[in-house]
Amino acid sequence: MGRTAIRDMFARTKAEGRAAFLPFMTAGLPTPAESLSLFQAMADAGADGFEVGIPYTDPLMDGPVIQRGSDTAIRAGATLDVSVSILKSVAAATSKPTIAMTYVNPIFRRGVDRFCAELAGAGADALIVPDLPVDESQSLRIAAERHGLGVVLFVAPTSDAGRIEAVAAADPVFIYAVAEMGVTGERTDSGSHVEAIAERVRKVTDAPIVFGVGISNPEQAAAAGRVADGVIVGSALVRRALEADSADAACQSLATAVSAIAEALRT
Amino acid sequence: MSKRLERPDAQGRFGEFGGRFAPETLMPALAETERAFDEAWADPVFVDEFHRILREFVGRPTPLHAAPRLSEALGVNVLLKREDLAHTGAHKINNAIGQGLLAKRMGKTKVIAETGAGQHGVATATAAAYLGLECKVYMGAVDIERQALNVLRMEILGTEVVPVTSGAGTLKDAVSEAMRAWVTTVEDSHYIIGSVVGPHPFPYMVREFQKIIGDEILEQLNGNLPDVAVACVGGGSNAMGMFFPLAESGIELVGVEAAGEGILTGRHGASITAGTPGVLHGTRTLMLQDADGQVQEAHSISAGLDYPGVGPEHAYFATTGLARYVAVDDESALEGVELLARTEGIIPALESAHAVIWVKQAAAELAGKTVLINVSGRGDKDVEQIGRFREERR
Repeated sequence: MGRTAIRDMFARTKAEGRAAFLPFMTAGLPTPAESLSLFQAMADAGADGFEVGIPYTDPLMDGPVIQRGSDTAIRAGATLDVSVSILKSVAAATSKPTIAMTYVNPIFRRGVDRFCAELAGAGADALIVPDLPVDESQSLRIAAERHGLGVVLFVAPTSDAGRIEAVAAADPVFIYAVAEMGVTGERTDSGSHVEAIAERVRKVTDAPIVFGVGISNPEQAAAAGRVADGVIVGSALVRRALEADSADAACQSLATAVSAIAEALRT
Repeated sequence: MSKRLERPDAQGRFGEFGGRFAPETLMPALAETERAFDEAWADPVFVDEFHRILREFVGRPTPLHAAPRLSEALGVNVLLKREDLAHTGAHKINNAIGQGLLAKRMGKTKVIAETGAGQHGVATATAAAYLGLECKVYMGAVDIERQALNVLRMEILGTEVVPVTSGAGTLKDAVSEAMRAWVTTVEDSHYIIGSVVGPHPFPYMVREFQKIIGDEILEQLNGNLPDVAVACVGGGSNAMGMFFPLAESGIELVGVEAAGEGILTGRHGASITAGTPGVLHGTRTLMLQDADGQVQEAHSISAGLDYPGVGPEHAYFATTGLARYVAVDDESALEGVELLARTEGIIPALESAHAVIWVKQAAAELAGKTVLINVSGRGDKDVEQIGRFREERR
C-alpha cells in the first residue's frame, strides 16, 4: 500500500534493468462502466502501474487531447465518486500501483483530508496534482501522509537548484520530471531536455524520477527511460481511447501501444 | 473594520484568498515576474515612464464630472469617472501599458493575453504596437462572434487573434488557453493577464497598475468625497483600481456583478454573490462550481463579466466587509446603457452599465447621497449586440 507499493515497483523494475511504465488514462472513458476494461488491457500489455486521471473541467497543465478526454468522461457520468470507484476497481483488478491525478480544486472542494481518506480507501497509492506546486502543498502532504498516500511533486526544465531542493525536501514518493516545456500532448521533436534534467535532479536527491509530458512513442519513452526510473505516457493513449469506436477497439488499440512502449523500455 | 493590505503576504495571499496554484513549469516565471515588478515599481525611472505614457498616449487623467440630468432622473447626486475616455476606450490600457513596459524591462520580445469583451485584447494589442512587442491574443470563439469589432481592431494593430473552442468558448476558456500557451513560450514571452486574477503576483500587480483610477479620483475630488463609489466586477480590475485607494476613506464601496438571466436560474457571473471558495486559474477565490469542484460556466450579456471567478482581493474585500457586492441582470444592464446614453450622452460598455443601473435600482436607499460611478469603458463594441437584443424584444 501507498509509498511502499510504489517503492517496490521501482525496486523490481530497477532489478530488471529498466524504467517502470506508468500509462495515464482518464477514468470514465469511454464510459464509466467500460473504463476498467481499458486499464485491464493495459495491465495485460505490460503496464507496471497507472496514473488514473480524475476528470476536471479546467485542466491547466493538459493539452487538447486530455482536455477532450476529461470533457468526454464528465459528460459520460464520471463524477468524483464514480471516478474514485473506477480507480478502486483498477487497483483491485490489476493489483498494480495506482496513482490518482486531479487538480487542486476538486480536492479542496471535497476537503483535503476527506479526499485523501477516500482515495486511500479506494486503494490508491499516491496522488499527483499538477497545479499544486511544492510551495502550496503542505496541507495536502500532511493529509496524504496521515492516510498512507504518497505525494508526487513536479520538476520542470525551468526549475532551478533551489526549487529542486525544495521539492526533494518535501519527500515526494517520486519526482514527476516534465520532459518538455508546455502542456501534455504528443510531439515529434521531444526528448532534448531529459538527460540534463535527470542529471540536475540526481545531484540533489535520490528520489525516483519519472518523466512525462511530450512522451508519446516507444523511441521517446526509451530515451527517457534510459535516464529515469519511470515513464508516463498520456495523450497518445487517451487519443486512442477517444478515437476507438467501441471499448473493445479501444482495448486492442491500447494493448498494441502499451506493449510497444513496454518492449522499448526493456531494450 | 478590516484593513486593506498594501500587498499580499509572502505567499501571495489576501487573507485566505490568493496564492500561487500553478504548474511547476510556470513557478520560476511567476517568481521572476514578481521580482521584476517589485524592482520596477520601486524604480522612479520606470514609474515616471509609466505615468508619462499614461499622460501623453492614454490621455490621463480621465475626467471626473457631475451627471446633472442623470442625478435629476434618479434623485441621487451622481458623479462619473470617465475611464471610457482613456485611449482604446476602457481602463484596460492602464494595465496593458504597465505590463508591456515590464515585459520589455524583463527582456521579453513577445506578449500574450486573453480577452473576453475584447477590450483587454485591444489594449494589449495597442500597448504591444506602441512598445514594439509581438502580440498574440486568445479569445473564446463565442466572444469572437459577439465582439467582432474588437477582433478587427486587434488585427489592424498587428496582433494575432487565436480562437479558443474549448469549454463554452468564453473568457474562462481564453484564460486557461493563454496560461497553457504561456507554459510553452515562457522563455521569451510575458503573459499580460487582463484583470486582478490569476496566480500571485498578477492580482497585486494589476491592482497596482490600475490604482491610478482611484488615485486620480482622490486628487480630482479634492476632499469632497462621495458617500458611495460603485463599479462593475467581472475579474474586477476597474473596481479594484478604484476601490483600493478609496478603501478606509469612509466611502461605501459597491461592486456590481452580473446576475445574467437571474441568480436563481444559475446562468450568471456573480461569483461573490452566489459563489463558494475554490481555486480558479491559479488563485484561491470565490467562484462558481458544483459539488465536485467542477468549474461552472458563467453567463452574462457582457463578455467582460462572463467569468466564473473574481480577483482574490475582491473575495478578501467581500468577506472582510471592506466592500459590498450586489448583482444586476442582463435586462437591467441594457436599460443602464440607454439610461446613461439618454441622460448624459454617454454610451457605456455593457459591463459599466451594470454599475449605472444599480444606482437606479438602489435609488431609494441612495436618495440625497453622492454616488461616484466608474464608467469603466465605452459601449461602441456593444452597439451591434445591443441592436440584436432590441430587435428580439420587438
